[in-house]
Amino acid sequence: MTELSNAVDIANAVRNGSVSAVSVLDEYLARIDARESSIHAFNLVTREQARTMAAQVDADVKAGRDPGPLAGVPIALKDNMCTRGVPTTCSSRILEGWKPPYDATVVTRLAGAGAVFVGKTNLDEFAMGSSTENSAFGVTYNPHDTSRVSGGSSGGSAAAVAAGFAAASLGSDTGGSIRQPAALCGVVGVKPTYGTVSRYGLVAFASSLDQIGPFTVDVRDAAVLLEAMSGHDPLDSTSIPQPALSLQGSLDRDVKGLRIGRIIDLPGGSDPEVEARLAESFDALAAAGATIVDVELPSMKYGLTAYYLIAPAEASSNLARYDGVRYGLRVDAADTNSMYMATRAAGFGDEVKRRIMLGTYALSAGYYDAYYGKALKVRRLISDDFARAYQKADVILTPTSPIVAFPVGAKVDDPLSMYLCDVFTIPTNLAGHPAMSVPFGTGAHGLPVGVQVLAPTLGESVMFQVAAHLERVAPGGAK
Amino acid sequence: MPDTPQARISPDTVAKVARLARLDVSSAEVDRLTNQLAGMLEHFADIDALDLAATEPMTQPYPLVNVMRDDVVKPSLDRDEVLAAAPAAEDGRFRVPPIIGLEG
Repeated sequence: MTELSNAVDIANAVRNGSVSAVSVLDEYLARIDARESSIHAFNLVTREQARTMAAQVDADVKAGRDPGPLAGVPIALKDNMCTRGVPTTCSSRILEGWKPPYDATVVTRLAGAGAVFVGKTNLDEFAMGSSTENSAFGVTYNPHDTSRVSGGSSGGSAAAVAAGFAAASLGSDTGGSIRQPAALCGVVGVKPTYGTVSRYGLVAFASSLDQIGPFTVDVRDAAVLLEAMSGHDPLDSTSIPQPALSLQGSLDRDVKGLRIGRIIDLPGGSDPEVEARLAESFDALAAAGATIVDVELPSMKYGLTAYYLIAPAEASSNLARYDGVRYGLRVDAADTNSMYMATRAAGFGDEVKRRIMLGTYALSAGYYDAYYGKALKVRRLISDDFARAYQKADVILTPTSPIVAFPVGAKVDDPLSMYLCDVFTIPTNLAGHPAMSVPFGTGAHGLPVGVQVLAPTLGESVMFQVAAHLERVAPGGAK
Repeated sequence: MPDTPQARISPDTVAKVARLARLDVSSAEVDRLTNQLAGMLEHFADIDALDLAATEPMTQPYPLVNVMRDDVVKPSLDRDEVLAAAPAAEDGRFRVPPIIGLEG
């Protein structure tokens, strides 16, 4: 693995003129040229656009204009975020070649902060998966061991940062799609509170769960990216009307006196090394003067069921728009209905079809109450459990993933076993809370392990405070 | 609820759901999807035993109200740019096959 530069250092050096954005970009493009063929992090490397953006940043510095807090920072975008005039595929045949007529709000905001976009990263088709194996354009391999998966669905964005192809990247997290690949690739990944980052221009999967967040090499970078992209956006009706988050002040704050929740009824089945790293993370916080408190989340074990009914139900509705009329693939037929059916059959992959079917079934007359209606009530139970737990604890720690990166192909024929990868990440999305994964030592085969810090709605400050401490004391990885 | 996984969903139901979802599926796909969906629904039976009579459904995580904006004209997407991305367009509109189908 390469020694990774962080975004803050790059931006500082570019802003004070000690290094040019173009030379930073060249370094990243050289690493892409050297290793991308064995990782496949990207659906598209936007080399020319990146050069233009970097040159503009350098011109700004030269003219005495501040390009912003992400000046010259090479950033990769998950390929489900709209980029005007640049193909946005969601790793699906049904959108292959489509060029959006507008930019996502996160794209506009990061560009305004001086970022340089290096490319669009691979994902499980429409963000449905936990391994980035369900992509129409091939698997993304883990930079720590290219026989293993990068996690998913934002596997390309996680791998891009871990491989040094980008200093930071953006992903989307519906049930763990930022945090789980971050853990498997040994980088920081944050899923912010629902509504803190605009979803305008994020291709919708499950609208009550989706949230955009950053992948970075360290916790401070994640804070800086979130500060740059959060804050109210009138173009997203679910955007919380509040200013951007302010997080950097929390990073060096002492954890003494904080109450750290340990879930006593946490679902089992994790690797023993993963459980050991979690135990060490509690010990490290206790040694720093935090108090470990036991909390109960009896409904957590039902999260998987609630999620795999709610998310497919919402997806079946959201993905109805891919019908061959306005964009993307069309398979011609004699009438519109046959055209819809043929287009969707040809354009969607197996996992997407499976979830559309499951969601349509869960919403259909006669089954709605038994499945979708019930899942919404279980969602309430989980949310209520968290509310009780957060009366006793400021944050809660769990493993991010029960297992380290698994071999490519190990789970592709067993959807349920794949779904179980998300057991610790899903409840956060159901509740709408923030959570982040911090690298914390290694597990089986020397592969990265992530510890997950969970916090209540808009609890990002205390979450970053604890994450920054864990980063400082992580085994073998003190910064 | 039916107690065997196979009884939870039949191939006929899967074929009907595929029509509702506007997905062409082959008979081999119907069989495969029936097995996979039955397996999932069996797992999802873990919530059957919960007493949820007094629990309010939760449709979204944040207490949002409907957002209305002032009814004023604002710039919108460029029509030509949007239509350029369409599979077929004619006279400034999306072009589709006949809507009154041959199958009725």
